Amino acid sequence: MAGPPVMPANNKNTCGVSVKQQLAGDEPVKLGIVVLEGPYQHEAADTAYNFAVAALEKGHEIFRIFFYHDGVNNATRLMVPPQDDRHIQKRWSELAEKHNLDLVVCVAAAQRRGIMDEEEQKRHGKDANNIAPGFRISGLGQLIEAGIQCDRLVFFGD
Amino acid sequence: MALLHTVNKSPYQCNTLESCLQHVGEGDVVLLIEDGVYAAVKGGKASEMLAQAQGVKICALSADVKARGLTGKLMDGIEVVDYGGFVDLVVETDKTQAWL
Amino acid sequence: MSDVKNFLYVNRKAPHGTIYALESLEVVLIGAAFEQDVALAFLDDGVFQLVKGWDTSELGVKNFQPAYTALGDYDISKVYVERESLEERGLTEDDLIEMTYEDEEDDWAEKSSIRIVSREEMAQIMRDADVILSF
Repeated sequence: MAGPPVMPANNKNTCGVSVKQQLAGDEPVKLGIVVLEGPYQHEAADTAYNFAVAALEKGHEIFRIFFYHDGVNNATRLMVPPQDDRHIQKRWSELAEKHNLDLVVCVAAAQRRGIMDEEEQKRHGKDANNIAPGFRISGLGQLIEAGIQCDRLVFFGD
Repeated sequence: MALLHTVNKSPYQCNTLESCLQHVGEGDVVLLIEDGVYAAVKGGKASEMLAQAQGVKICALSADVKARGLTGKLMDGIEVVDYGGFVDLVVETDKTQAWL
Repeated sequence: MSDVKNFLYVNRKAPHGTIYALESLEVVLIGAAFEQDVALAFLDDGVFQLVKGWDTSELGVKNFQPAYTALGDYDISKVYVERESLEERGLTEDDLIEMTYEDEEDDWAEKSSIRIVSREEMAQIMRDADVILSF
């Protein structure tokens, strides 16, 4: 699925070492991450976040993180966890800002569960919106596109 | 075409691990995450199931092992990996099936 | 690399108890427009999604079973159902809804999309996919 290993420009000095073998585990890949469960109720949101952080630390590209099912609830900026607990939404937003990540919330799943941005708020005549910075609402096609574009797609759910 | 299988349920609540192990092939990797790590506790009924898995590497996620007080309690042959190791497994295998 | 990938939707959960079945189906319906090679796998409690005769009226939930039978209209012709999962649950193929497609290569003859496969075959189907969507 992944194309042939791409030799980095700076591999000139690795004489005597099998470069291809050495790169097998380290070669950057394009990852897609799917989060199917909401914050706090299930561990999936934590596992997905920790996985994403580790992937970025290893130099991989995260093409998109797609929030679906109750996973869309990760995107509400209205959550107020106790101060000594992790803030799951802020954590996602900050990671997205730092690494320019594409956090996509499925529109159909979001509508069911009352997650909306300003545009959705107007469209449905609601009195508020709640989407957090760094998240955007879009269609399920974004998940399919991630499947097409990414070298690896990983699901986190319950 | 090796697969990475993630299992996140306790085998004492759910048959997810059993079903996963019935679908693994030579060279596959099973990664126990979240409540899935309980399967690897030494002496537990589920550990027998894991011991019988031939030609399959069994790993457990260290954060989940530690969080549950299972450090030092795992059966032999389990490779404990951190989140970075989880990422490596995803990259090294061809694709990932999450047994949710 | 070809632009077309083999997408396999792995369905392992019963309907109604959680939203996994319905929202997986919604991905399948949207995904059909992307002209990828799509197959559906039903195993474990996922086989309950295809048991015919749903009546959701008393539950007060929309009956989304007709959407499964309409998948043929979306060019989805490969629906793999695991035999062992059926047997363990006291089911046979006769308990399942009809799912058909029109075979373009056989003068548009109407054929069943459902293929009952062994556990071993199901494992191979997973290995052969390019992309697995796990629900």
